[in-house]
Parts: sequence; C-alpha cells; structure tokens
Amino acid sequence: MAPRPLSPHLSVYRFAYTMALSILHRITGVALASGLLVLVAWLLALGNGPQAYAAFNGFMGHGLIQVVLGAWLLAFLYHLANGIRHLFWDTGRGFSKSAARRSARLVIAFVVVAGALLVYVFFCPVGGVQ
Amino acid sequence: MRGSTPLGKVLGYGSAKDGAGHWWVQRVTAVALVPLTIWFLLSMASLPLADHAAVTGWMRQSLHAVPLAVLILTLCWHARLGVQVVLEDYVHHHALKITSLLLSTFVHALVAATGVFAVLRIAFAA
Repeated sequence: MAPRPLSPHLSVYRFAYTMALSILHRITGVALASGLLVLVAWLLALGNGPQAYAAFNGFMGHGLIQVVLGAWLLAFLYHLANGIRHLFWDTGRGFSKSAARRSARLVIAFVVVAGALLVYVFFCPVGGVQ
Repeated sequence: MRGSTPLGKVLGYGSAKDGAGHWWVQRVTAVALVPLTIWFLLSMASLPLADHAAVTGWMRQSLHAVPLAVLILTLCWHARLGVQVVLEDYVHHHALKITSLLLSTFVHALVAATGVFAVLRIAFAA
C-alpha cells in the first residue's frame, strides 16, 4: 500500500520565535503544576510552627533551590502574560502574523520587567525569602 | 459495527456531549486566576516571608484565608486540566496514558485538599 498522505508536521515549517513561545506556555504550565507541591509544603511548614517554618526556609535558602524558585517565578509571569494573550485570542482577535509577533514581544517585555522587579523583591536580602 | 445503520454508528461513536466543556472550564479558571495570582504574589512581596508570626498573622484574616483557599482550589483544577492535555498529546502508549491521567487527577486532588487543609489549620489556630 502506498504511504498515506500525512498532515504537515512541525518539521516542515520554518522556525519562528512565536513557535518557541507557544511550546513555552505548555512547558511553564507543567513546571508550575509541579510547583504546587512546594506551595503546599510551604503552607504545611507554616502551620507546623516557627521552628518547622525556619527549617523549611533554611532548606529553601540553598543556592540551587533559590535558582529553581526564581525560575518558577519567571515561569509564572510568562504563563500569566501569555495566558492573557491566549484569552485575548479567544475573542477572535490578534491572529495576524504581525499582531501575533507584537503580542509576543509584549509578553517577553512584561516578563523581563516584572521578573527583574520581583526577583529583586523576593531574592534580595531586605525582607523576602532569605 | 457490521449491519448497523449510519445512525447506529453515530450513536456508538459520536459526541460525548462534552465538546467544549474542558476548554471552557480551563478558560473560566484562567480568568479567575489572573486577579487571584496577582493578589497573592503582591501580598507575598509585601510580607517579610521569613517572619513566621507576620505570615501566619496575615493568613489568619478571613479576607486572606478565603481567597487563598479559593486560589489553591482553582490552581489545582486549572493545572489538572492543563496537565491532562499535555499527557493526552504526548503519552502515546494507551495503558500508560490512562495510568498517568489517573495519577495526575489523584495527585492534584490530594494537593488541593492538603493545601486547603493547611490554610484552614493556620486560619483556625488560636
């Protein structure tokens, strides 16, 4: 039997950065879902009293874990901004190539600005996680 | 389906009457999560997070505990729907797909229940 025609798949398209943003929405979504475990662990530690909370914060203060927490923060900001972009698309607008690229740049700009601000607030020694 | 009528085929393999349900609930939870997550993030940014008394004091107020419980439930619901789509798209082995979907559902339910329990325990602690 002759091979059946298949619908074109990812590999036939020239790469555009909007594609990277598209898959990044799923990647950040899955990462954030796993972050729920840490959110709940934090709430449990908080309810277990000051000592347990201090121990939890001590564990979370390790360098590598701080990097993961920072990555989660950026992933959240991206998923938030790109999610709003998706909700806007749901109204049937913004689908032209130029509009999609404009909103993509807007999302990235938001992540950079809000990310820098919140990383500073949460990870710099005055108050915050430390 | 040999000998069945076209109608029978449609009745056997047709709509599950839930066409847009998943899509819609994902949007409803997404819309709810925009203000809820921003509120939570800004609240956390304004709290001294290392200070146990300050954080629990904040969480004891019903104006904070209730939206926080709603946030946790909505997050888990939204996450379960999202993870479901990812598993359905990328896990091709049928048994593995069903198993992972079940597991994801159970874990999300467990996380939601534990999260709400943890918030209430703090809120109700004297």
